[in-house]
Amino acid sequence: MPPATKLDFALQCSVPLAAKESVLLGHGSGGRMSGDLLRNIVLPALQNPVLERLDDQAIVEIGGSRIAFTTDSFVVKPLFFPGGDIGTLAVNGTVNDLAMGGAEPLFLSLALILEEGLPLETLRRVMESIRVAAAVANVAVVTGDTKVVEKGSGDGLFVNTSGIGVVAAGVRLSADQARPGDRVLLSGTIGDHGITILSQREGLEFESAVASDSAALHTLVADMLRTGGEIRCLRDPTRGGLSSSLNEIAARSRVGIELEESAIPVREEVQGACEMMGLDPLYVANEGKLVAIVEPCAAEKVADAMRRHPLGSNARIVGSITQAHPGMVTMRTRLGTSRIVDLLSGDQLPRIC
Amino acid sequence: MKYLDEYRDEKIARGIVAALERRATRPWVLMEICGGQTHTLMRYGIDEMLPAGIELVHGPGCPVCVTSLETIDKAIEIASRPEVTLISYGDMLRVPGSHSDLFHVKAQGGDVRVVYSPTEALKFARAHPERQVVFFAVGFETTAPANAMAVWQAKREGLWNFSMLASHVLVPPAIRALMSSSRNRVQGFIGPGHVCTVMGYREYEELIRQFRVPIVVGGFEPLDLLEAILMLVTQLEEGRAEVENQYVRSVTYEGNLLAQKVLAEVFEVCDRKWRGIGGIPESGLAIREEYAEFDADRIFGTEGITAEEPAECISAEVLQGLKKPTDCAAFGKRCSPENPLGAPMVSSEGACAAYYQYRRHLVTVGGSR
Repeated sequence: MPPATKLDFALQCSVPLAAKESVLLGHGSGGRMSGDLLRNIVLPALQNPVLERLDDQAIVEIGGSRIAFTTDSFVVKPLFFPGGDIGTLAVNGTVNDLAMGGAEPLFLSLALILEEGLPLETLRRVMESIRVAAAVANVAVVTGDTKVVEKGSGDGLFVNTSGIGVVAAGVRLSADQARPGDRVLLSGTIGDHGITILSQREGLEFESAVASDSAALHTLVADMLRTGGEIRCLRDPTRGGLSSSLNEIAARSRVGIELEESAIPVREEVQGACEMMGLDPLYVANEGKLVAIVEPCAAEKVADAMRRHPLGSNARIVGSITQAHPGMVTMRTRLGTSRIVDLLSGDQLPRIC
Repeated sequence: MKYLDEYRDEKIARGIVAALERRATRPWVLMEICGGQTHTLMRYGIDEMLPAGIELVHGPGCPVCVTSLETIDKAIEIASRPEVTLISYGDMLRVPGSHSDLFHVKAQGGDVRVVYSPTEALKFARAHPERQVVFFAVGFETTAPANAMAVWQAKREGLWNFSMLASHVLVPPAIRALMSSSRNRVQGFIGPGHVCTVMGYREYEELIRQFRVPIVVGGFEPLDLLEAILMLVTQLEEGRAEVENQYVRSVTYEGNLLAQKVLAEVFEVCDRKWRGIGGIPESGLAIREEYAEFDADRIFGTEGITAEEPAECISAEVLQGLKKPTDCAAFGKRCSPENPLGAPMVSSEGACAAYYQYRRHLVTVGGSR
């Protein structure tokens, strides 16, 4: 390095941070930090072949039946938002995790962690939402638990649901099944849920006409499976958005994924909010969308079946599986160039200007 | 989407590139000033479209990247106090200081919040008179007026629990410093469209007189940038050096006079240290004496905090356009968004992060594609 003169700049840079030894919000983002936490701390303690598949649900055999089993915790702020609330999410989220394994969801458990001081009226409203969502999804909440924590030790209300369902013979969906040539199908617009939540969040509020897309997707999945077309894998792109789901599939199947930017449907309100805050809809959460990897010759047929279902009316083929760049998702931009659709480290952060 | 799709049209983009190919008779090195422009160039792969001789190097206009280490250390020190709520723009939270970052302060129990506008910080201060509310104000001339307005408003209301840790930087002194460097390679600048929306482009005329370098104030959409590049190459090929305005839908010659007025009311020009670059005379904005009771640096006695930045990575050369992020041996290996060696790998507007996030697949090990 040459010595700095008055006119030249001193060449300096920042020091790397020391080992990050506590949990940060980014560990819950669904991005690379979440993956590191799982790989480095959680999985080493619990090694078994079912868990190591890392699908949205475990599929286990009990007495000759293939049972899908999953669990999910819900910690959304605010608790109520346009299009749903924490109760709707808790039912639909777990139903969807089962559905992504091709299962017919049957039974749920419900655990409530209540913070001292939570108005009972709030709990009543959430329970009513859970009742309605379970009825719509045709699942029964058959067991549960409640705990109360001291004021300040929770955030009003945390909900956990677990669920089980039955997987029909012959249905095998997993993130390691994608093959070059397969098509990527998306059931509708992306980013609706995440932008809805962001627009309601303290300090960032903005007016928006968009509502959460929270919905149970198992009947859509059933229609897709009925086509008989070979579906390799299903994912519901929740936190971390479409990008995280596809990066997971690319990594697990050791294939590349190439998206077509112009094919990915994004609502104008969502696009506008993202442009304003410097966010990319590919990383924004969804709660009622699925992405499917389908063999090429069945792609159109499956897409048609999706479009006939109310939750898939905007379904499109948005990309394909490639041999190039295994483990990486790329996208052909509107300008005909290509870019990476990377796994983010932590949460997307609104930019400064 | 209206006002966006028009500026992302592939056919028009190809047309501009064709015009560039016709016009450019020799190689040119151009610099886009803003991190937001770098982000667009990488996200849309515009470097892939340009004729071979047109090289874009990436300027110092990423507020996250150039905020000095000691400013980050001050914010961390202030945020660690139990009586303080530190309110910041989101992307400052991940920037490493000497020993920690604001995310870690938050994880340790510090009250650190993210807003999109300083008026939200005012709102919070009004609602929480028991808290010392500090707004972490960084950025270029773009964000300065709104921050000035917040201080002005706080004084008018007598909102004594509100203060600001201000570390604003200015673009023209940075261009002057870049052009004065004996190692400068830049032959033309894409000017900062948002900064000029506030400041106009009158002050860039002086730079042109001094250095005879063309500057085209550019926008942030793909077609904005391609058009600005074409305007720059046209000037260079014709031997002209002028300030031109490509971003006419937002920028005027005089800029936003009202914004400039509030900015001058609250802030004054000061010397400023830039991260990765060093001290540049008269390149920053600090809170005026008249508003001292809202200056967090004085209130919390952090003026004495200094930090030295060891030469670990090549970000200084990246921020001056001397090197590309991919010229760095650590790029994508020892330096990534999870473990940044330098600030340009932190913010989405940082050149290194933009390369990492969007262009890594086109990079061969050990150098640019």
